[in-house]
This record gives sequence, structure tokens and C-alpha cells, in this order.
Amino acid sequence: MFVSTAFAQDAPAGQAGGAVVEGTTEVAHDGHAKAPFPPFETHTFPSQILWLAITFGLFYVFLKRVALPRLAGILEVRRDRIAGDLDQAARLKQEADEAIAAYEQGLADARKKAGLIGQKARDAAKAEADAERKRIEAELDVRLATAEARISEIKASAMQDVGAIAEETAGAIVQALIGDSVAQGDVSAAVRAASE
Amino acid sequence: MANDPIHQFQIQNWVPIEIGGLDFSFTNSSAFMVASAVGAGAFLFLSTANRGLVPSRMQSIAEISYEFVANMLRDAAGSHGMKFFPFVFSLFMFVLFANLLGMFPYFFTVTSHIIVTFALALLVIGTVLGYGFMKHGLGFLKLFVPSGVPGLLVPLIVVIEVVSFLSRPISLSVRLFANMLAGHITLKVFAGFIVSMSSMGALGIAGSILPLFMTVALTGLEFLVAFLQAYVFAVLTCMYLNDALHPGGH
Repeated sequence: MFVSTAFAQDAPAGQAGGAVVEGTTEVAHDGHAKAPFPPFETHTFPSQILWLAITFGLFYVFLKRVALPRLAGILEVRRDRIAGDLDQAARLKQEADEAIAAYEQGLADARKKAGLIGQKARDAAKAEADAERKRIEAELDVRLATAEARISEIKASAMQDVGAIAEETAGAIVQALIGDSVAQGDVSAAVRAASE
Repeated sequence: MANDPIHQFQIQNWVPIEIGGLDFSFTNSSAFMVASAVGAGAFLFLSTANRGLVPSRMQSIAEISYEFVANMLRDAAGSHGMKFFPFVFSLFMFVLFANLLGMFPYFFTVTSHIIVTFALALLVIGTVLGYGFMKHGLGFLKLFVPSGVPGLLVPLIVVIEVVSFLSRPISLSVRLFANMLAGHITLKVFAGFIVSMSSMGALGIAGSILPLFMTVALTGLEFLVAFLQAYVFAVLTCMYLNDALHPGGH
């Protein structure tokens, strides 16, 4: 505040000093300074109006014919381009969505088909294995039956031989015990009696 | 002369031309009108020369000014108003370039002369009147009779509306003229302080820092005013054109 007061007092003094120094030029200027305020000097009006009309008129025509159509064109082209690009993006997105849907559909179909094929293969393999097992079992049954038949046959013949062996063995034992042979018929009768 | 704040507004004859006793000389004012028109036209023409889909900086400024004025006009006068777009845009760019060119030291400010701004204002009002009567005939006079006013008040309202309409060209022109004139005088006065104070020795040179700051601040302010006044001129033009388009609509 103090500084600005000092400045305020300085300023008129400065101007007064300037006036003294430039006294001669001020005098020379006085004739000119008496002229009216330039914006109110009516003799300059016709010239200003004429040149304003010329320059502004030409400027208006230039803008209307050349500059503004060009600017409007630029903005319109850009607007169209952006709208077109957005449309295309939407179209491409839709296409991509469709492709994804088709792909997923295909994947599901293939998966189902694969399951079906696997099932079929499994069934076929199982049926084949069953048939094979049945065939082998039948074969084994047949072999078992023949084996059993042979065993019973062998057993029967063995049972038949057992009498003879016992008579022979008994004859041999008696001979060893008494030191004399016994009649074949007696041994057979004794063995038959003992075994019954 | 150096300290005379009025000197910058003086018209100087460069090429004397006289027709029918009237002075139509090519003056410094004429030269700066040509410079404003050529500068604005060249800027708009050259910046859009590439027609870039992605605009360059200069093209971007041209596009922004286009859309700025287009939105201003559409907001004020609706889409019907767009037929006046070239007119409003020319006015805005011409006044803006004239104001901005005037910010260069030693350059003449075309819009600091009342006759120029008054001629432009008359052009606007003339357009409003011409278009209004052409489009609506005598219906244009509804402009002066707002709807919904009680019958007793109508004569009073009509008088007020007529006076306000007649004062439009005056207020439109004086606003621009006075702003440019006063701004340039203030700048010159404060700049003059620097010169006269610094001729007073060490104390004066130290003190002259204050008007120097003031001058720098005012220069920034004047750039704002240069733009703002061009904007105000264009906005008011849009609003007056709205009256011509929709005389009963307020």
C-alpha cells in the first residue's frame, strides 16, 4: 500500500518532467492534437465503410464458397467414416459371435459322436469277448467230460484188477508164511470173503 | 508523441483516392481490414488444405472454430438458423482476427473505430430486418408484441420493445468499439508510465516495475477481451437472427 502511494505521487511528477523535456515536440504536436478524437473524425468514414464493405464482402464470399464447404466436407467425411467403421465393427463382432456359436455346436456334435463311437466299440468288444469266453467254456466242458469218462473207465478197470492183485498178494503172503503154496481157488475164495 | 495514447488510432492515408468529393483513400485501417480478411481466409484455407481425416493442429483449430460457431448459432436460433452460418462465421472470424491483429505493437486495430463496428452492427440488424420482413411479412412486427401481455400494458411494452430493438445496433457496435479502444488506451498509458518513470533516474526505474507488471497483465487481459468481444458480437448476432426466424417466440 505504501509503495503504491509513493508510485502514485511519482507518476504525475514523471509526466511533468517528460513534458518539460519534450516541450518542443509538444508544441509542434499541438496543432495536430487539436484534431478531433480519431474515431470521431467523420471525413475518414467513407473510406472505412468502403474498404470494410470490400474486404468483409470478399471474405464472406470466400468463406461461403470455398472455406466453409471444405470444412463441412472434412467434418462430414469424418463423421461418415466413424459411423461406417462402427457399423463394420458391429458386423464383424456379429460374425465372430456366429462363428463361435457354430464352433461350439460342432464341438458338441463331435463330442456326442465320439461318445457314440466309443460306446459302439465297447459293446462290440464286449460281445466278442463274451462269445469267445462261451466258446472256450464249452470246449473246456467237453474236455472235462472226456477226462471224467476216462477217469471212471480207468477207475473201473482198476477196481477190476484189484481182486486179482489181492489174490496174488495173498497167495504170495501165505506162501511166505507157511512155506507152501495154496490152491488158487482157496485164495480167491478167502479174499472174496474178506473183502465182502 | 510516444506517450500520446490516442495516436495509435489515427488514420493515415497510404494511397489517396477521391471519388465524387468523398475520401475513399486506402488507409492503414483499410490495410488492416485486408490483413484481417486475408489472414483469416488464409488460415482457414491453408489449415484445411490436407483435408486430413485425422486433423493437424491447425486444421483442428479451424474445425473447432467451425463447430464453436455452429453450436452457438444452433443453440441460439435452432437448426433453421444454420442458413446464416456463413454470415455469423465470417463476422466472428473477421472481428476476431481484427482484434487479435490489433494486439501486435504498432498495428492498427480496425475494430477500435466506431464507424467500422457500427457498420457491422447495421449489417446484422439490416439482415434481421430484411429477412424478418421477407419471411414473415408484417407478422415480423409481432416481435414487438410479446404474447401473454395484458391488453392495458401492450402500448407500453411495444414502446419498450421498439426502443430496445433500436438500441441494439448501438449497443452492439459501442460494446466492441469501446472495449477495443479503452483496452488499447489503458495499455498505452501504462506502457507510457514505464518510459516516463524510467527517465527519472534510479528510483524511477525501480518504480517503473509496477506499471511494467500492469502492462504485462493487461496484455493478457486484452487477448481475452479480443476473443471475448468477437464471441459476444457473434452470440448477439445469433440471438438477433433468432428474432428474425421466430418473431413471436419469446
